[in-house]
Amino acid sequence: MEEWAEKKNKEKIVVEKINLKIGEFTCVEPISLINTFNAAVLGSWLDSSEITIETIPFEGKCSKCNRSYFPKKENGYKSPCCNFNLEEIISGRELKIASIDFKEK
Amino acid sequence: MHLPISDKIELNILHQNSHQAEKNKVKFNNYNLLCLNIMSSPGAGKTRLLEMTLEDLSKEFQSAVLEGDMTTNLDAARLEKLNIPVVPITTGRACHLDANMVSGGLKLLEKKINPDILDILLVENVGNLVCPAEFEIGEHFKVALLSITEGEDKPLKYPIMFREADLILITKVDLLPHLNFDINELKSNIVSTNPKADIIEISSITKSGFDLWQKWISKKILKFKK
Repeated sequence: MEEWAEKKNKEKIVVEKINLKIGEFTCVEPISLINTFNAAVLGSWLDSSEITIETIPFEGKCSKCNRSYFPKKENGYKSPCCNFNLEEIISGRELKIASIDFKEK
Repeated sequence: MHLPISDKIELNILHQNSHQAEKNKVKFNNYNLLCLNIMSSPGAGKTRLLEMTLEDLSKEFQSAVLEGDMTTNLDAARLEKLNIPVVPITTGRACHLDANMVSGGLKLLEKKINPDILDILLVENVGNLVCPAEFEIGEHFKVALLSITEGEDKPLKYPIMFREADLILITKVDLLPHLNFDINELKSNIVSTNPKADIIEISSITKSGFDLWQKWISKKILKFKK
């Protein structure tokens, strides 16, 4: 964020939103991330900003029939179509800052 | 005030860590040094595994250890008895090693020994099945330990750790006759989460499986050095 802000000339902008994309198959708990962010930016140049989180579904691809599916722990992450092991993950591992919304002062 | 502007970034949140991990990997490669990231929950037997592994491994290869621990140097002290270079990394309250800590550890190691003479660097991560899975340190391979006393369901409960691992060592298998534990169910849960991982059953009491584990390491070192 600091690097990005320096490029934009930090003193002349106000960050409104930091938009994140967080995959379901990561070790990140969105609520904890929001609470930590809010605590971390108190009194800083990001104090008035908020984060939004778009949850990216955990999606796999069955290596036997090529169909995509949503792996479930209860099913051992296997494909419901062919009962095949989880080989390919299509999405769900994202941990990204997708975009930043800001205004010029 | 002007109208809001949206700047598309698509930047990995762990970008700084990944960047440092890449730098660590370049350093390991320049030293021709294979790096393994050893991970597990607390008490799965990482330090004991390293003690026993290094005894045999040292006959053939030059090894060093970066020893991650939250508050003490107890594990590092155990490994130093084997007369190999050990650098303790005390993480304080952090529950995992990150690439920056490992970079610091490598700098301390460079003061102790010229890494050019080393073949393998074993990094013992902090005991935790969650965060270490997300933080790359520049390793070439990830090794996850899972002791049978932890239960068959752990690969399903902590899927990212077991999905990310290149090798899963099922430890404490000497306890099998004393427990109501289904090792086939555990293996099936590992395979469904990560069909590509190698799996070795191991016991530091009977030494069963150590030959396979040593072979796995030797093969990786020799292939890396080619």
